Amino acid sequence: MTGLSIDNLSMRFDLPDGGHVQALQDVSLDLKAGELLSVLGPSGCGKTTLLNIVAGFLAPTGGVMTLNGHQITGPDAERGMVFQQGALFEWMSVRENVGFGPSMKGMPKNDKAEIVDHLLDVVGLQDFKEKAVYELSGGMQQRVALARCLANDPDVILMDEPLGALDALTREKMQSLVLKLWKETGKTIILITHSVEEALLLGERLIVMAPRPGRIHKEYRLPFAELGVNADLREVKKHEDFGPKREEILNMIWDMEEEIMGTKEDAA
Amino acid sequence: MIPLLMYILIFVAAFFIVTKVVRGAGISDYTSLKTVTFGDESAVRPNRAAGIISILTIFLMWGVFTGSTLLPGFLHAPGPFKGDTTFTYTAQADGATDDATVSIVVYPREEPTDAPEVDPGDGFAKNDSVAIAQWRSGLVRVDGNDDIKKSEGAQVIAINGQRIAPGETVSVENGTVTLSDKGTPNFAPTRGWQMEPLYLPAPEEVFTRTLQIASEGFRNFTLLEHLGFSLFRVVLGFLLGALVGIPLGYAMGLSDWFRGWFDPIVEFMRPVPPLALIPLVIIWAGIGEAGKIILLFLAALWIMAIAARSGVSGVKISKVHAAYSLGASKWQIMRHVIVPNSLPEIFTGARVAMGVCWGTVVAAELVAAEQGAGMMIMTASKFQNTDIVIMGIILIGVIGFGIDMLMRWAERILVPWKGKG
Repeated sequence: MTGLSIDNLSMRFDLPDGGHVQALQDVSLDLKAGELLSVLGPSGCGKTTLLNIVAGFLAPTGGVMTLNGHQITGPDAERGMVFQQGALFEWMSVRENVGFGPSMKGMPKNDKAEIVDHLLDVVGLQDFKEKAVYELSGGMQQRVALARCLANDPDVILMDEPLGALDALTREKMQSLVLKLWKETGKTIILITHSVEEALLLGERLIVMAPRPGRIHKEYRLPFAELGVNADLREVKKHEDFGPKREEILNMIWDMEEEIMGTKEDAA
Repeated sequence: MIPLLMYILIFVAAFFIVTKVVRGAGISDYTSLKTVTFGDESAVRPNRAAGIISILTIFLMWGVFTGSTLLPGFLHAPGPFKGDTTFTYTAQADGATDDATVSIVVYPREEPTDAPEVDPGDGFAKNDSVAIAQWRSGLVRVDGNDDIKKSEGAQVIAINGQRIAPGETVSVENGTVTLSDKGTPNFAPTRGWQMEPLYLPAPEEVFTRTLQIASEGFRNFTLLEHLGFSLFRVVLGFLLGALVGIPLGYAMGLSDWFRGWFDPIVEFMRPVPPLALIPLVIIWAGIGEAGKIILLFLAALWIMAIAARSGVSGVKISKVHAAYSLGASKWQIMRHVIVPNSLPEIFTGARVAMGVCWGTVVAAELVAAEQGAGMMIMTASKFQNTDIVIMGIILIGVIGFGIDMLMRWAERILVPWKGKG
């Protein structure tokens, strides 16, 4: 079977004082190849923990994950990751950053150069090929991060708030770019975000997670990502379902936040 | 006190002249538009004019208080008295008093002069003459040629007509006369405000001595050899320290066993000043090259190990994760992520280590060495060659500064990504 399958995943952290935190409890999820899933939730709901487990950086305390039928046990080039920022290698040029994955595999120079050139064209950074990454703006750096991930041709792309540090305008452009890349490459993507709007715009599927213990609260299937592939994202936001959906999810998250505050006050 | 006041005066005067009178010399770039500069560190940059005046002032003061020939005479601080002078003393014996004159010639120390011949004059007290070197003082045994000697009851009761008792001092022309406890006048010529060359030679003397040492050498070795030996020890000791320290630091940053094993050793050795190791190293390895290299190796080792360790610990975990998820192996992550990421820290450590090594080598040479910058100034000081000592200090400073500049330059060229992560 193709696609990513997560079955009854649990993650429990032991604390030094003898207590523990249930970061994830019985999370189950099936993602078909080519699906774009956005994950939303209040802070502390285990979004990033989930992503780190799927990436293979953390071993879960319970449950099984499989990708295309084989079990996930550690990090691998089949699952590429795009971080919020600061994960580029500042000692390498833009070209070397994008070519990092192919270089590690020992790909011949010409093939590598072809891939790098193509991807720099796709993200619109051909003119910045030989620049150092710290000479680029935040938005450009994230384009490099996307290209670097794609150069490795992974089956799944994991994005940990990739646009979180960008200004609103750049963010919107990048959202369009993510949709375009998703459609063109047909990759399976899991995108974690803090922004309800971004989750709605980019998530073909959207899960809202709840904290304490971290779990899937609700799941949606949304039409906006498909619409956004060929249209201006601002037009998509005017879609009649967009506003109500946003309100619904915002209220849901607000209720969760209040619940957290409430339990804290009870404890106090 | 006077030099300090003069220095403060120049400081204040230059400040007002440059900032208030010469308006054009002020800053005219973006910073000049800032209204808040007090408390804004970025708006405070070294004033170039102040820097130039500061250096000139040091040389000016040096020249003024050493009577440098590089300065016109009217700028010199009053020098020590030189030439002929006299004072009279009044002797008393058997109820009678008699005056006599003492002629003094004060000569520069490097031109010894004999006391002049004088007419003994009349009365029981006879005229005397004496030669005294500049900056020194001399007892004038006035009764030596008198008819009635001190042992026979003669006493000096006044100088230039002023009454004086043993232990008291009277100012006379071009000096002071102090009556010793035993009643003999002691003449001290005026010293002026200048420094004696023994304590501080004039700048041009240091310069000519530098040229002389550069061409003739010092203690069987040329100047370049002395400095070269010091530099050679520093470079070799540092390289050995880095060769062992950097891998050790990497191992400590990557393996908990290494970290646990070496942490106590490194943390203990780090605060031990390398200078404190000199005696032990001399006991173990003697005063030859081996001892110095070992000392510098130890000085550089801990600094480099700690720099490499913190370089590894400073790797952002997201970079390592990114490399893993791009398919890099452990070795590739070491080679392409951890090493380049730690280079800026290692360069900072290398700069510190080179500075410490340079200081340590000079100190070690002060203690015992056949050649080297430290040995040169220590030997010179034993022979009171203050000019060589000052030359040595200046050269040591220049080389230390040069090393630091070189390391900074190398850092800019080799790790341009420093601080950009």
